[in-house]
Amino acid sequence: METKLVSTLSQAISAAGLTDGMTISFHHHLRNGDYVLNLVLAEIARLGIRGLTLNASSLFDIHLPLMQHIRSGVVGKLQTGYVSAGIGRHLSAGILAEPVEFRSHGTRAADIAAGRVPIDVAFIAAPAADCRGNCTGKLGRAACGSLGYAIPDALHAKTVIVITDTILPYPLADWSISEAYVDYVVQVEEIGNPQGILSGTTQITRDPVGLIMAELAAQAIAASGLLKDGFSFQTGAGGASLAAAAFLKEIMLREHIQGSFALGGITGYLVDMLRAGCFRQLMDVQCFDLDAVSSIRDDPRHREISAIHYAAPGSRGAVTDSLDVVILGATEIDTEFNVNVHTDSAGCLMGGSGGHTDAAAGAALTIIIAPLFRARLPIITQHVTCISTPGTSVDLLVTQRGLAVNPAKPELARRLQAAGLPVVDIHRLKAQAESITGVPRPVPRGSRVAANILGRDGAIQDQVMTLPEEG
Amino acid sequence: MIRSLLFLPGNAPNMLIHGGDLGADAVIFDLEDAVSPEEKDAARILVRNTLASLPLSCQTVVRINGLDSGLWAGDLAEIVPRRPNALMLPKTAGAADIRQLEQAVAALEAEHHIPAGTVGIIPLLETAAGIENAYAIAAASPRVLGLFLGGEDLTADLRCPRTKGGKEIDYARQRVVCAARAAGVEAFDTPFTDVQDSQGLLDDAKYARALGFSGKAAISPRHVQGINQVFSPTSGEIAYAQAVLDAIAGAQGKGAISLHGKMIDAPIVNRARQTLAAAKALGLVGGKTDGN
Repeated sequence: METKLVSTLSQAISAAGLTDGMTISFHHHLRNGDYVLNLVLAEIARLGIRGLTLNASSLFDIHLPLMQHIRSGVVGKLQTGYVSAGIGRHLSAGILAEPVEFRSHGTRAADIAAGRVPIDVAFIAAPAADCRGNCTGKLGRAACGSLGYAIPDALHAKTVIVITDTILPYPLADWSISEAYVDYVVQVEEIGNPQGILSGTTQITRDPVGLIMAELAAQAIAASGLLKDGFSFQTGAGGASLAAAAFLKEIMLREHIQGSFALGGITGYLVDMLRAGCFRQLMDVQCFDLDAVSSIRDDPRHREISAIHYAAPGSRGAVTDSLDVVILGATEIDTEFNVNVHTDSAGCLMGGSGGHTDAAAGAALTIIIAPLFRARLPIITQHVTCISTPGTSVDLLVTQRGLAVNPAKPELARRLQAAGLPVVDIHRLKAQAESITGVPRPVPRGSRVAANILGRDGAIQDQVMTLPEEG
Repeated sequence: MIRSLLFLPGNAPNMLIHGGDLGADAVIFDLEDAVSPEEKDAARILVRNTLASLPLSCQTVVRINGLDSGLWAGDLAEIVPRRPNALMLPKTAGAADIRQLEQAVAALEAEHHIPAGTVGIIPLLETAAGIENAYAIAAASPRVLGLFLGGEDLTADLRCPRTKGGKEIDYARQRVVCAARAAGVEAFDTPFTDVQDSQGLLDDAKYARALGFSGKAAISPRHVQGINQVFSPTSGEIAYAQAVLDAIAGAQGKGAISLHGKMIDAPIVNRARQTLAAAKALGLVGGKTDGN
């Protein structure tokens, strides 16, 4: 049997024909434990290749060596869905000559599939693979569960290189990406640190304000009319969102409601809900913790889905379009219900939409949970620093002082009021917060565009400026 | 109606700012034990500004420093003009303490053109002397809203260990309830201090309610909901109280009345009225009659 094993990363890169100016791609399932992006870029730099476009579904602070490759000209452009704060600081300082392109996870998948964002070489970190390229995230030392974000890259890149630290006998059963799409397989010592897969935010909050908001969110879902048999649900991995899921679980078990599916980045809490009978199925584009990883490996009700199946706009079937309720976070929300998840209040990049925009667009009820203020800053603003998710997709804001309903949803407001929930005008909540914190002065901006935020239609939805130049 | 009283350290702005949102019927801004000596002035200013500028939806109590601290008069000067619902006086030992505090509060009220009697007093009974003088303390001033039992300091004064079961404070609890009721004021139970033990909190709160306490303090927001739940009338209690009053109304002075085979006498009727009044105050019942 002919294998696709190549003995070194350098040989694989050369065999793929990677040259100056091409586009390379990476997925982020190993999250802040990923070694592969740094390994590959170091090798590319050594080979003297320059001016690449790097397309990564997300970037974490473990990828900070990338900044050196940007300074030295190896990487000239970035396309991504999310950056953590350390990376964001460099990007906001204007390290790149051209703006970073941010896409939601669904938009990235759709653009790759449609050839609007062509990928020359996809580097796929795979926790386990066989010698012909069948690979999975469910097995291996650095098992990360779903490889959903890597699937569009594998299907549509011109050349696909699988990088693994665990070669299993051919044929690997239950592959996520089949050999039909893979050109080369490289074995390295370690692809990542499994502890880094765990997101920093996958614990239920103990903050009393977070718990108040979580309970209100769960009560709002119960009052919305959507919580009945067949209910479908997505929640982020933030502490208050997870607490809302915990309150929702109580209600579902008490009322004997069985939902159809929970979607998205999957945490151990959603796995618990599956096991408790709250849902028939989990649809998993990304595992947020190791409980989710073992569940997707062992429980056939816990299914891996691709980023296209998850959320691609214009696809034949994106699960986000079938969602009843999604609970999401915000760094800022404005009185038009536009949400910022890209920057902090000083305008510095420290996040990204990920699937936020996609789930909000698809769900029948999109709930944002956010406290009225963090530290000394109000969260409800006149205009958000950056529109990550347009207010037209957002139905309800949950704060510790009450629920603000998008005026475009009067029926929702009526239902919540009828259930005795505290419905408050968003302007009043803003005023309440500002009566305590004062109105923040506008934050100064730099003169260049640091990031273009693309909407689900592919057009520029907003721009993030660089931080003010020093001196 | 105060079921839960949540202690918040006076020098923690991030906790003070959320004080009104945590579900407690009253918050106790603490200037005493929670605040180290070098932060006393900062805490006093923070609590003053919190009272002045934060719209709080619950009642406000400020635990001032004790009469032997040299700090209490300064606390009063900052706090009284901001009109908290009550001041909590630590280590209240006798009626004289209340009269001393009342005099100072009355003078400040007059100076700041605040209607006399606006600021109430909640004596904190946490010494053997305080427990023994409970009735005199409760009756010392119309400003006294309720007696508050402090179990931790009390057991130190009694020279006994403080246990989760709380047998060592049984006498104090019963004496405080009896004195408070005799004086026509409320009785508030000591906090349950194991923040992690939710079941222990519920058991302790149920026991306090069974003894006659009106409410209980909490040192963690996580205990507030449990306390509120225990000190609210249950739907069964409300239904029974309503049935008692319906039976009374139906009987129209026919002498002895029975409900479910049991005689209804005056104490049962009084308790039914109290239950319905509490339920009404908490919004647990609609417009049904109170039997009058």
